[in-house]
Amino acid sequence: MIEIKNVVKKYGSLYAVKDISFTIGTGEIVGFLGPNGAGKSTTMNILTGYLSATSGSAMIDGIDILENPIAAKRRIGFLPEQPPLYLDMTVKEYLNFVYDLKHCTLNRKKHIAEICEVVKIGNVYNRIIGHLSKGYRQRVGIAQALIGNPPVLIFDEPTVGLDPQQIIEIRNLIGALGQKHTVILSTHILSEVQAVCDRIIVINKGELVADEKTSELGNLVGGAKKLSAKIAGDVDEVLNIVGNVDGVRSVKFDSPAEDGSNTYIIEQRVPHVEKQLFYALSRANLPLTGLCEVQMSLEDVFIALIENKRKENV
Amino acid sequence: MLPIYKREMRAYFISPIGYTFIAVFLAVSGGLFSLTTAWMETADVATYFTLMIFMFTVLIPLLTMKLFSEERKTKTEQILLTSPVSLFGIVIAKFLAAFTLYAATMTLSCLINYSVLTSVSGKSPVFSQFFGNFVGILFLGAAFIAVGVFMSAITENQVVSAVATFGVILLMMVVNFVISLIGNAFIRSILKWFSVVDRYTFFTRGIFSLPAIIYFVSLVIIFLFLTARVYEMRRWN
Repeated sequence: MIEIKNVVKKYGSLYAVKDISFTIGTGEIVGFLGPNGAGKSTTMNILTGYLSATSGSAMIDGIDILENPIAAKRRIGFLPEQPPLYLDMTVKEYLNFVYDLKHCTLNRKKHIAEICEVVKIGNVYNRIIGHLSKGYRQRVGIAQALIGNPPVLIFDEPTVGLDPQQIIEIRNLIGALGQKHTVILSTHILSEVQAVCDRIIVINKGELVADEKTSELGNLVGGAKKLSAKIAGDVDEVLNIVGNVDGVRSVKFDSPAEDGSNTYIIEQRVPHVEKQLFYALSRANLPLTGLCEVQMSLEDVFIALIENKRKENV
Repeated sequence: MLPIYKREMRAYFISPIGYTFIAVFLAVSGGLFSLTTAWMETADVATYFTLMIFMFTVLIPLLTMKLFSEERKTKTEQILLTSPVSLFGIVIAKFLAAFTLYAATMTLSCLINYSVLTSVSGKSPVFSQFFGNFVGILFLGAAFIAVGVFMSAITENQVVSAVATFGVILLMMVVNFVISLIGNAFIRSILKWFSVVDRYTFFTRGIFSLPAIIYFVSLVIIFLFLTARVYEMRRWN
């Protein structure tokens, strides 16, 4: 459905995207993961024809975006980083405008009503977009992308700036859309792609770092999962006991907690050592007062991925 | 193309720009017309049309300043540029929207001026001269609007866009004065090509000049083409 081949984008002597290639099949939900400035937006803008690549090609449904832009653009619904909303229009006027702009041939009233239903903006349909909250604007942005029922949907950071409730709703919405469309979304939040995407493409500094099934990436990342434990008692004793628990790779003192116990960071060799940890500590009369997983940051993922690549190469 | 045109037309009248333009245009043209005709006890409209051209330095930027610059600033251009519409289609739609408002106001003001002068002073302007000037000034305005469209595409700041349009239009009008200061015949002949007033003089003399019309249309095409090129270039850089 989507094919990106050796795409390079240079701004002067600076590489925004450095030789990225991948293909995405019909019906896949793919997450573009990377820190800010990694080249996610640039890649998406090239894919949608907003920017042109310095070299390389982008194809939608076998159509080159440069050679036949109008036919290619017809197959794409795009939500840019900043939703392209005319703030002086009502939602109704705006969606009708987009309907005309995209030369849509579906039944106008029915199609727009269906989209409003899907993204839940029926109650603000007659309001001026400039008066809507950020969450609603984002939905109108998604509605705009859905007009004309394009087979490919491209969402650039669709959940940025939304509150947690809205984030969950938008994620569910994207998951639902993925059943009928090929979806690409970009984000810098790891848990977001894990929640919605089948496949994850990780980009850093304009280069492709990883292209994995979500489950595989989960294992890769999950294998190195760390625990943060609050344990009362003598530090040396705790380090000794925990260090000898089966499945623990390393343990280190982190910081004293408020309740007089101390926080330790435990690195696991195998997943789920919580139980053994609990019994070992209770046998030694060292109360375990808190235990949780340490959320991996994007940087940790990169380190894990890059190390993994290096191992593969060796 | 049509949806973009309709949206631009709507944008003129949802903001004060459309109303301001019409009000200022009618007030100025009405004032100038009565001063140059009824007040001078003549029915010759040549002076009126020449003066109106100078008013365009201020009026045209008002129409064109936000056409592209605002969309660039608010990033709404992304929906236009990623929709199945050609770049040239977008440029033409925006140009036509500005031209429609201009042409409609110009027509209205000419209707008012002609009928008022005829009924009040009893001295009617020569219709053919009046009409020829009207057609000429429509095309001249189109050329200036194309300049404004181009200027709004090269900046995301509306004020810069307006001032630049003002500057270029003014330059095109005073170029005759500049020419008189330059000795080099070659440069003079090049600059002469930009002299808009020179070509318009035919109309004020009561001559309908087809070459002038072709000249104005060429200016429109050149500037609209350049506008599309600006966007094309921006995509590559």
